Amino acid sequence: MDHRPQAWGRPRDDVYGAYDHSYFQNTGPRQATQAPIVTGTSVIAIKYKDGVVMAADNLASYGSLARFPDVKRLRVFLDSSVIGFSGDVSDMQFLDRHLTELSIDEAYEDPSSDNKGHLNAANLHKYLQKFLYKRRNDFDPLWNQLLIAGFDGDAKPYLASVDLRGTSFTSPSLATGFGSALAQPIMRRYAATEEDAAKLTREQAVEVVKECMKVLYYRDARSLDRYSIAVVTKEGVELKEDEQLEKQSWAFAERIKGYGTQTV
Amino acid sequence: MAAMFSQNPLMNGPNYSFNDAPRTAAPEGARQHRFDPYTDNGGSTLAIAGADFTIMAGDTRLTSGYSINSRYHPKLFKIGGTTADQKDATIVLSVVGFAADGEALKERLDAICKMYRYRHGKPMSVKACAQRLSTILYQKRFFPYYVYAILGGLDEEGKGAVYSYDPVGSYEREQCRAGGAAASLIMPFLDNQVNFKNQYEPGSGVGHALQERERKPLTRSEGEILVKDAFDGAVERHIEVGDGLQMMVITKDGIEEILLPLKKD
Repeated sequence: MDHRPQAWGRPRDDVYGAYDHSYFQNTGPRQATQAPIVTGTSVIAIKYKDGVVMAADNLASYGSLARFPDVKRLRVFLDSSVIGFSGDVSDMQFLDRHLTELSIDEAYEDPSSDNKGHLNAANLHKYLQKFLYKRRNDFDPLWNQLLIAGFDGDAKPYLASVDLRGTSFTSPSLATGFGSALAQPIMRRYAATEEDAAKLTREQAVEVVKECMKVLYYRDARSLDRYSIAVVTKEGVELKEDEQLEKQSWAFAERIKGYGTQTV
Repeated sequence: MAAMFSQNPLMNGPNYSFNDAPRTAAPEGARQHRFDPYTDNGGSTLAIAGADFTIMAGDTRLTSGYSINSRYHPKLFKIGGTTADQKDATIVLSVVGFAADGEALKERLDAICKMYRYRHGKPMSVKACAQRLSTILYQKRFFPYYVYAILGGLDEEGKGAVYSYDPVGSYEREQCRAGGAAASLIMPFLDNQVNFKNQYEPGSGVGHALQERERKPLTRSEGEILVKDAFDGAVERHIEVGDGLQMMVITKDGIEEILLPLKKD
C-alpha cells in the first residue's frame, strides 16, 4: 500500500502502465498555436466607387462540426474601417481585444475626431501586417487571414489582406479561403481592375457580394446561410450582422453526381 | 539488489506503484504539426546594366499555389530617397520569392539608406548599398529572408551597375541577371542576347578557329525591348508570371518608371 499523498488518485503503474507525463508538463518549450482549432471560413470583399463592401458568414466550425452558429467575424475599427477575420477564432478574439485597446487609445489621442481617430484603413493594414509578421518570426503565428476595408490617406477606397505569415496584398476584390476559388472569379467579372471597381455602384457591389455568399453556401461545407455584411463609406460603417441568404435555388444539385439524391 | 531496498523514488524500488521520474523527451511518434513560416509567392525579376543606365524589371503578379492573390503587387522599390515618395532616390531594389520577407527586407534597407543620408549628408553609393544589403541578408543566415534580391543603380563612373544576391547574402556584380520563378527560363536568353554567348563571327572557321561575336553594351531601347521579350516568353511558359510588367530605368537624370501589360491568363 502506498501512503504518499502524491500517489492519491493516481492510476497504478502495475495496473495501467506508466503514466505519460509529457501530456501534463509545463516546463520545456512553450507551446505556440500549431494548428487552428475553431475556425471561420471565407471572408469576401469588393471595392465600389465610394467605398467597400465586405461579408462573412456567422459560423465558427470545430473541424467539420458547425459548433458556434452565431459568431460575428466582421469588426468595425474606429467607425471608419472594417476587418474581416477568417481562420482561428480564438486568435481573432485576441486580435479583437488588442484592437479595442488600440482604438480607445486612438480616440483619446484626438477627442475632436468624433471617435474616428487618425488611423485609416491603410495605416491599420500596415499595423496588422507588422503584427502578424512579428508573430510568424517568433514562430507563434496568429492563424488568421484578414481583410481590411476602408479608406487610404488620399481618401480613396482601400482593400487589403494580411495572412498568418505577414504576406500582404491589395486588389479591387479579395476573398479568403474557399472564397478565393469560388467568389473571387465572380467578383473579378465585375471589378477586374481599379477602373472597373470605380464604376460600380453601391447596389451593384452589394448584389455581387450577396451572390457570392450564396455560391459559397452552395459549395463550402463549412459555411452558413446567416451572414454579416458591412458597407464602408466616407460617412462611416453600416454593419448588418444577422442577414439571411435569399432566393436560394438548389435545383442545380440534382444534376451533379454525389451532391443530390442519386445513388449511382 | 541494492536498488530494491533503496528509498530513492527515482530508482525502480519497491516503494511506489508509479514511476515519478519526469520524462524529458517528447513521446515517440510526436504529435506535432510544425508551422511553416515560408511560402513562395512566385513572380520573376530581371536587371540589365547598360553603359550609362540600368534597367530593372519585374512582373506584378502575386500568387499562392494556383491562386492569383493580386494582379498588381510591385516587386521593384526605389531605395534611399529623402522622403517616403522616394522622388530623389538613385537605387532600385527588386525582391522575389517570399513576399512578406521581401517587404521586410526592402523596408530595412530603405531605413538604413535614409539613416546614412541623414548622417553623412549624401546619398549612399550603389557599391556601399550593395555591401550593406549583403550584410543584412547574412545577419539572418539561420532564419533567412527567403528572397532573391537584385540591386541596380549607377556606379561612381556613371556606368550601369547590377548586383545580384542569394537569400543568405552571397553577391556579385554582373551585366545582367534574372531572378525568381522564371529565372531559369530567362537567364539563358539573356546570356545569349546580352553577353552574346554561343554567338560567333560568321565564316570565321570551325572548332578553335571560331571567333566570338564582339561584345558591346546594349542601347537603352534595345534593353527595354529585350526585357519585354524575355517576360513575354516567361509568361507563356510559367504560370506564376504575368499580369503586368513594371520597369524602372535608372539614368543620371533619375528613375523612370514604365508599366506595360502582360497576359493575364
